[in-house]
Amino acid sequence: MAYTVRKFDAVIVGAGGAGLRAAIQLSESGYKTAVITKVFPTRSHTVAAQGGVAASLGNSEEDHWHWHMYDTVKGSDWLGDQDAIEFMCRKANECVIELEHYGMPFDRTDAGKIYQRPFGGHMSNFGEKPVRRSCAAADRTGHAMLHAMYQRNVKANTQFFVEWMALDLVRDSEGEVLGVTAMDMETGEIVVFQAKATIFATGGSGRIYYSSTNAFINTGDGLGMAARAGIPLEDMEFWQFHPTGVAGAGVLITEGVRGEGGILRNAQGERFMERYAPNAKDLASRDVVSRAMVTEINEGRGCGPNKDFVLLDITHLDPATIMKRLPGIREIAIQFAGVDCIKEPIPVVPTCHYQMGGIPTNYSGQVVVPGKRSQNEIVPGFYAAGECACASVHGANRLGTNSLLDLLVFGKSAGETAVETLKQSPKAHKDLPQGEIDRALARVNRLNTQTGGTNVHETRLDMQRTMQKHAGVFRFADLLQQGVDKIKQVEEQVRQTEIKDKSMVFNTARIEALELDNLIEVAVSTMVSAEARKESRGAHVRSDCADSAEFPDGRNDKDWLKHSLWYKEGNRLDYKSVKLTPLTVETIALKKRAY
Amino acid sequence: MDDARQVRMGKLRWHCRRALLELDIVFQRFWSEVGDNLDDATLDVMENLLAEEDHDLWELVSGRRQSEDPQTQALLTRLRAA
Ligand SMILES: Cc1cc2nc3c(=O)[nH]c(=O)nc-3n(C[C@H](O)[C@H](O)[C@H](O)COP(=O)(O)OP(=O)(O)OC[C@H]3O[C@@H](n4cnc5c(N)ncnc54)[C@H](O)[C@@H]3O)c2cc1C
Repeated sequence: MAYTVRKFDAVIVGAGGAGLRAAIQLSESGYKTAVITKVFPTRSHTVAAQGGVAASLGNSEEDHWHWHMYDTVKGSDWLGDQDAIEFMCRKANECVIELEHYGMPFDRTDAGKIYQRPFGGHMSNFGEKPVRRSCAAADRTGHAMLHAMYQRNVKANTQFFVEWMALDLVRDSEGEVLGVTAMDMETGEIVVFQAKATIFATGGSGRIYYSSTNAFINTGDGLGMAARAGIPLEDMEFWQFHPTGVAGAGVLITEGVRGEGGILRNAQGERFMERYAPNAKDLASRDVVSRAMVTEINEGRGCGPNKDFVLLDITHLDPATIMKRLPGIREIAIQFAGVDCIKEPIPVVPTCHYQMGGIPTNYSGQVVVPGKRSQNEIVPGFYAAGECACASVHGANRLGTNSLLDLLVFGKSAGETAVETLKQSPKAHKDLPQGEIDRALARVNRLNTQTGGTNVHETRLDMQRTMQKHAGVFRFADLLQQGVDKIKQVEEQVRQTEIKDKSMVFNTARIEALELDNLIEVAVSTMVSAEARKESRGAHVRSDCADSAEFPDGRNDKDWLKHSLWYKEGNRLDYKSVKLTPLTVETIALKKRAY
Repeated sequence: MDDARQVRMGKLRWHCRRALLELDIVFQRFWSEVGDNLDDATLDVMENLLAEEDHDLWELVSGRRQSEDPQTQALLTRLRAA
């Protein structure tokens, strides 16, 4: 199979928030920078983010980065690395103000400052009371962010390769990353993007689950590519679920619906949250509500012919209130649940929303792996930022609005570190290892020659159903064990997918088959890591690790205060310690995570 | 199907990959219903529609906002019904 080679100082895979932020840093420093993206930059999934971006600007009331740091460590259930969390919270203001200078149209106070609103888990004075920390641009924060940064990149001459799909990393025998192979969707042409710095910003992988709020584009390509190149994936058992995704579709119904008085009911019409959270009821925290819903379903009180969802009821609310305070909800219910929520309740299930784990990095955006000298040896030439990376600031559970912040801070940081490294690197590019290029080509070639293989759509569904059932929001030892075998069987099928249409030009079937190769790495790593972690922490909750005097909430710091690392080769797990020492302040000591 | 048409259809299908899950689902349903049976005039309308920003597109597709162009409006009605 023919290919050409193009040389750059830096190549960035992904043009969402993290990729665009990293690119600004490199292009504005004068480095020849390529950004490869499957879709037009401003159609990246960052567009879906509406809630806002966290920064302790203190525009509406007193706030401090140290309080933000405390909230993030606590939110992470102490699995987040405290050096990276301090770094992120300290850098937040600078990054948000920079974005303002790029032209981001933030909402403003009467005095002209960035307007800030409260968001779950963000508190003042070390957990005392809610604080206004989220900065937004109406309900289009992510969208406005991408536009501002895209324009800035165009000015700085970043070269965009739009509708190109990165296939695999090029990593030499010394472990150094020398670029990526990628395919132009329009022509099928394959190009090796040779670079001295390669930055992954490929976003999340939420499509491994059957019920997901993530758009179809979130297929974990960066994680798949990294895993195939021998890089471990960190903390993959931790996935945040949102309690109210429309059953069958996944589309998110905002928390605001319960805030306005929406009630969750089981098949008997019972308001079951009264039993699980007598005070907060339907407004209890996301994980509590999600687990209660799953318990109802598992105990046979689910609704519908398969008893596999519960109902979100707002029929008792005044229709005028629904239309005024919950705009868009009626359209979503009609379109995706086939019900008019003014007259009928909406079927909902806990739905996969955000991936806390990913490619292991330090707070400088460099990819790090265990080596002979330390647990965190730098992989030369390789960086990652955004949802595909694990810095790790979200630990076992992410706080809302911290993810857009993560994109800005670590996108910038990865770019800055790459710039510093480029300054010292030799002029010439290293030689490309042919075997590595062949590896990527072989994956494309297999699809051209496979006969009698499996169907991509059906295999993906098998994977999604397996993940939903065996590694969902509430986890059970026996289901996890069976899940490991099952997902390995699905993996076998993924190795044999066949596409009928072999054309090279804008062949969506081919792209979906290549994406499935990546999704399955994410799925296997999740299942294996989840089965192995014998405790409950943050978003990973097991029925056999319940609350006890010895292990409050099932969290076992004695044995499990450590990051999981899953390796594709040998399907094996390793662990590394959590960084409990911040950069300048004292450690935020271990405590039960209670709100 | 001739080559040029096949490329055009392929491109259109890919351009239905959006940032919002809402849109992905609507387009997925639409394509599985129509298959390759779209006339050239509809393809033109579709191309224009797909050039919209995602949030604007969702406002149109969900019916919160109407298009002034009757052909676009007709396509939107089909999309919603899929
Ligand atoms: C419905 C929803 C609402 C949310 N709201 C908020 C919020 O209010 N606040 C908040 O902080 N977080 C929110 N999040 C989370 C947040 O939006 C994401 O974590 C974040 O946008 C991810 O950004 P990213 O830059 O890492 O990746 P993305 O924006 O997903 O970008 C990934 C990029 O990688 C490219 N790419 C991927 N694979 C390849 C490949 N193989 N080849 C070439 N290019 C590739 C894509 O084309 C894309 O450009 C929300 C998430 C969802 C699902």
